[in-house]
Amino acid sequence: MPVHQHTLANGLVLLAERMEHVRSAAVNILVPAGCANDPPGQLGVASVLAEMISRGAGDRDSRELSLAFDGLGVDRDESVGVFNMRFWGSTLARNIPPALDLFADVVLRPRLPDDELEPVQALALQDIQGLEDAPQQKVMVELRRRHYPDPLNKDRRGRAADIEALTPAAVRAFHRRLFRPNGTILSVAGNVEWGPLVERVERLFGGWGRGPEPDLAPAGHAPKSEHIPKETAQTHIALAYPSVPVGHPDYYAARAAEGVLSGGMSARLFAEVREKRGLCYSVGVRHETFRDRGTVVGYAGTGADRAQETLDVTTAELRKLAAGVTDDEIVRVKAGLKASLIMQDESTSARAGAIASDWYHLGRVRSFDEIQAAIDGLTPGMVVGHLARFPVRGVTLVTIGPAPLTMPE
Amino acid sequence: MPFHHARLPNGLTVVGETSPSARSVALGFFVRTGARDETPAEAGLSHFLEHMLFKGTPRRTAEAVNLDFDRIGSSPNAYTSEENTVYYAAVLPEYLPQVTDILADIMRPSLRPEDFDTEKKVILEEIKMYDDQPGSVAGEHARRIHYAGHPLGNSVLGTLDSVSALTRDQMHGYFGRRYAANNILLSAAGNFDWDRFLGLAAEKCSGWNTAEVGRTHRTEAPPAGGLHVLTREKVQQQYVLFLAGGPPADSKLRYAADTLALAVGDDSGSRLYWALIDPGSADSADCSYYENDGSGVVYASYTCEPEQTEGNLAVVRKVLAEVQRGGITADELKLAKTKIASRLVRAAERPMGRMQAVASAWAYTGEYRDVDTELANYDAVTVADVRAYLDRYPVDRCTTVAFGPAEKLDGVAGRPA
Repeated sequence: MPVHQHTLANGLVLLAERMEHVRSAAVNILVPAGCANDPPGQLGVASVLAEMISRGAGDRDSRELSLAFDGLGVDRDESVGVFNMRFWGSTLARNIPPALDLFADVVLRPRLPDDELEPVQALALQDIQGLEDAPQQKVMVELRRRHYPDPLNKDRRGRAADIEALTPAAVRAFHRRLFRPNGTILSVAGNVEWGPLVERVERLFGGWGRGPEPDLAPAGHAPKSEHIPKETAQTHIALAYPSVPVGHPDYYAARAAEGVLSGGMSARLFAEVREKRGLCYSVGVRHETFRDRGTVVGYAGTGADRAQETLDVTTAELRKLAAGVTDDEIVRVKAGLKASLIMQDESTSARAGAIASDWYHLGRVRSFDEIQAAIDGLTPGMVVGHLARFPVRGVTLVTIGPAPLTMPE
Repeated sequence: MPFHHARLPNGLTVVGETSPSARSVALGFFVRTGARDETPAEAGLSHFLEHMLFKGTPRRTAEAVNLDFDRIGSSPNAYTSEENTVYYAAVLPEYLPQVTDILADIMRPSLRPEDFDTEKKVILEEIKMYDDQPGSVAGEHARRIHYAGHPLGNSVLGTLDSVSALTRDQMHGYFGRRYAANNILLSAAGNFDWDRFLGLAAEKCSGWNTAEVGRTHRTEAPPAGGLHVLTREKVQQQYVLFLAGGPPADSKLRYAADTLALAVGDDSGSRLYWALIDPGSADSADCSYYENDGSGVVYASYTCEPEQTEGNLAVVRKVLAEVQRGGITADELKLAKTKIASRLVRAAERPMGRMQAVASAWAYTGEYRDVDTELANYDAVTVADVRAYLDRYPVDRCTTVAFGPAEKLDGVAGRPA
């Protein structure tokens, strides 16, 4: 499907993909106000704002706004990433135009009333507390905290002491300072008409004034490995090492490497760690990308008595990849990538998210044909070449469990 | 959407909904068996067997099963519940013959002893993994207590002890009993040709056995009731669940129960949202209806800091009592229906969503319901229907289970868990 694009005079980028075979549509708004912008002493303010922002906006108080969204059948979510705050909503396509009116109120005219801060602080503190009951998630948060430089290493949950000290003025100031059209991407996918959409978005967001762009250049940093003692049933193992970002000439080769390791049930990690040895229920790696860097992150969870063996086998498999990849492995990787590319077209939310993500990372939207051609062009040699240029090196290892592990030489 | 159904001579039911504009086709085998069909000595067997189906057949080694699925880019998966075991995959339309062949093949597994021993270790790790997730532990306890001896309270995973003790012979016996063709339904949805698909199903599955299959205890379980406090010190948050009876899957009251549950506990704009989340006194709250064969259930739940547990308990009891007494308003009903309609339409845009919905409706009621029929069923729910459901299954007559660090709640002392 062709993707329409329009840039407003104030810099806001509107994207839309028409999907005529569906009845629904999804909206995805990325505002450049992620937790990387949390100032020192206010860690968690972006998340507090995201929770407070829909508690009344424009002419409506919290209940009226909730009723208005619900009355349109909109399922929605506000989430905080490192660089962007994301507003997502999905409903029947015919209800998208009035839903956009509501989203414009939320983004541009939130009420942020004083008396909503306390309950939102309580929720934010519980979010931090709840992580202690989810070691599988906690180990990934602790991994990113140690692997990435500041501010890429910030966690949206922030710090309890900072959240307790927040004032309504600080939350409003964060909104005023960071919410701006330049850098904002609004995408819609589904059964929608482009012409009326442009008109409406121009009317709703055209008057939004530009704002200054903060400097978020990463600081110098040395990744650090660590064991976090905890009496858990399993030892939770997380690791990370550098790869390439989307847009890099090696990007598809890096994704193919991810696929050979973890793309399906016959992929190497699943086969060697779980199927052959029965060491784990969960094991895998995933490629993740920022604009300036890509990273491979991995996870395995297993009983303390077999955790060292799990780490040894996993690490050996990661390193062995540079020695060679078979034709059949590449055939399987291609089949998996192609199926997920095509099936993405069955979800308006997935498409709205994908086109916004492309624009954020690349400043353009990759066409179906472009991605398809890149997948078709993959060869074993490309994967091996990529691993020669970007070997498994500089691994950050973070574990949670009863006893520490040793990274194999 | 065109709907088709057939029954093979051995009793295998085949259903399909074709949608030529879909990008994929999804299919799944639904075996009418799960934790509720296990004897105490078999606890965890259905779920263990689900894993073993991916470990090879007379025609394929475990590795070959995985390779063949991956070569066609399918992401097969499976799950086991208290009463169903389901194997499914979605593929691009051109791979329908291959995926049917592989899925049908794994439905007749070899159950080789060495694979049994290796996979047992994986299951034991899975049990440990869930033991690190308090929400999951709380749910297991809550079902066991609520169903008080009714097999719907059986644990799907089983325990470290029960699974360790399972033998390959037990599994073989259970398989023969439960995986007969007449206890299985094959469902497909999306872009495919029905006649060709039915031909494939007949070719691959006609050799399967037919057996006496049944299910005992299809009766409605009366809620055990009471407040049960389970204490685990190292858990940080408190997890509280309320289980009330609900209409079974084949009851028309299910639409009223589903609608009411959403009005009470949806994640936005619901009674529990305004009572617990809006004031910040709990970080999650939910109410959902689950259909079951013979005995449905309505779950309400919240998670919060331990200090808030007592206060929240009173709040939820008050909400449930008010709902029981006064039902929901016409406005709440209308809003709930709007949300349900939006979700139904969106879920139906994926063949995977339709494949499951068509299978479930057919298995439980012998009906085909397309999306518009299902929308009309929800739209027809009245305030009086909600009243009729509440009169039959009082939502405030529930079993309450609290799991977490609290040592005492509302005068009830905790037991270690």
